[in-house]
Amino acid sequence: MSAARPTVDDNPLRNSMTSGDSSALHADPDGEYMTLNMGPSHPSTHGVLRIVLDLDGEVIIRAVPDLGYLHRGMEKIAETYGYNKFIPYTDRMDYLAPISNNIAVAMGIEAVNGIVLPPRGQAIRVICCELARISAHLLGLGAFAMDVGAMTVFLYTFREREVIYDFMESLTGARFTVSFTRVGGLARDLPDGWAESVRRFAERIPKTVETDIENMLTTNRIWVDRLQGVGVIPKDVAMSYGMTGPCLRGSGVEWDLRKEQPYLGYENYDFDVPVGEHGDAYDRYLCRIEEIKQSASIIQQAIAKLPDGPISVEDHKVTLPEKTKVLTSMEELIHQFMVVTEGPALPPGERYFGFENPKGELGFYVKTDGTGRPHRLRMRAPSFVNLGIIPYAFDRAMVADTVAILGSLDFVMGECDR
Amino acid sequence: MSESTSAATGESPQSESPTESAAVQAIRARWGADVDLAEENRGQWRVELRRREPLNDIVDHLVEEPSLRFDFCVDVTALDHYGEEPRFRAVYVLRSMQLREDLVLKVPVPEEDCWAPSLTGRFRTADWLEREAYDMFGITFRGHPNMIRILMPDIFEDHPLRKDFPMEGRMTDQEWAEWIIARAQREEA
Repeated sequence: MSAARPTVDDNPLRNSMTSGDSSALHADPDGEYMTLNMGPSHPSTHGVLRIVLDLDGEVIIRAVPDLGYLHRGMEKIAETYGYNKFIPYTDRMDYLAPISNNIAVAMGIEAVNGIVLPPRGQAIRVICCELARISAHLLGLGAFAMDVGAMTVFLYTFREREVIYDFMESLTGARFTVSFTRVGGLARDLPDGWAESVRRFAERIPKTVETDIENMLTTNRIWVDRLQGVGVIPKDVAMSYGMTGPCLRGSGVEWDLRKEQPYLGYENYDFDVPVGEHGDAYDRYLCRIEEIKQSASIIQQAIAKLPDGPISVEDHKVTLPEKTKVLTSMEELIHQFMVVTEGPALPPGERYFGFENPKGELGFYVKTDGTGRPHRLRMRAPSFVNLGIIPYAFDRAMVADTVAILGSLDFVMGECDR
Repeated sequence: MSESTSAATGESPQSESPTESAAVQAIRARWGADVDLAEENRGQWRVELRRREPLNDIVDHLVEEPSLRFDFCVDVTALDHYGEEPRFRAVYVLRSMQLREDLVLKVPVPEEDCWAPSLTGRFRTADWLEREAYDMFGITFRGHPNMIRILMPDIFEDHPLRKDFPMEGRMTDQEWAEWIIARAQREEA
């Protein structure tokens, strides 16, 4: 790239609010614009996102995202198969943090009837969520760096993700598609020694992030040049586009559902919410780095005061009863039969529930109707909503910046298309 | 049954409850006749309206009123009450970061006059969310600048999240392939 690359300050048109409603600006009387098709299988689109770019030389005049290549009709599947049978499908949504999706969908369903887990179940869910957040951010940063040209970071972050996969394997039996939660509880309790090894990992991960990612990137001249002032999203624009998660916080809006509408007892943990200042790709990168460290701190706190007791609610119309009781007692046998065949008995109700997933707010609008299946299980996928910014963020950007902007948005198409 | 779930069943909607949130009171003050039901579910209020026309005015008021500032649109979606009249509901979830609370607004959408108000004039995020609701339910959002499908292919003719759309689809893969070929031939001719 040439040294005289135009920056935000040089180009008054860049990042003006022109997408969608500026047909005059997009008009091409001389037929000189070039249409470039990016994706659906482009390495930097992290899945199957297609973007049609209209170019004036190296400058993007218009970007039209084309979604749906991975649409599997998950909401329809949820309505058809019922609550617990749907949980394995959520592994395939944000497949970089599957356990976080499991917990989110279970909580979205529980929120309708106010089912609250016992303290130990909540603490285990918190540990799993934060492990998932570390894992997702590590991959997000690694892939981001690789898109921008720093291959090494990707290999280092994958080494740490491997450790988290091992934790998931010993906890759930699966490395990737874990299906760990049930409505009203968890599949099983922690194995012996698991908490201790996770604690050791959480203790060292901030240091590892510093040496392996930050030292390589944060003051790296190429990294800084390619990210600062790129993909600037001002505060009000980020709000209007409904962005959530690190993308919103990178633009300077201090909003984290774990702080503002706490669930799972997050109000009892001491952690900071990193907020950016300029709203560019670099700030979003810094937010993610800091979130990894905060998550590590939450894990240590949760393990330090991990309570004893049951991991699932005692209401056996919702969760499975103990197996030994099922084989000896009539009532438990009936409950087991009903929960497995009909699904958990949830009274009618409806509610929106927002969950702070690594990518942003994973929202659920669940309407239960008293049967074992939801009447509607709407999932507001953060990647879907965050990608809505593309026409704005790409407007008047340089072609070479597209990968940096996409990497900084850190999206997953499995979740976006559902 | 646990305490929490039995409390849920014992709850009855109190439409004139004195503990209504400020947002619900603000809606009742000016659009009292249009409010069908205001119900709380653990700190979150849901307001169901009798008709859809005043929605944009209500949202404008909720956004602009300095003590409320519901200036973040979380979600726009729809529900299908198949077999009931009116059949659909459009659901809007708004958030006030200042009050740290969410508010759900629901409007009825009959099948034969299938439109709902669009929030695109207010929130950019409503653009894609409403396109998805249109794609899945076939509800047209009036005022939306670009009401086209977003997830399903453009040539798809149905709305898959409607309750009368079968889980396995209306066509087999073979029929679907033949349909696409026939359509391409029609276009050529």
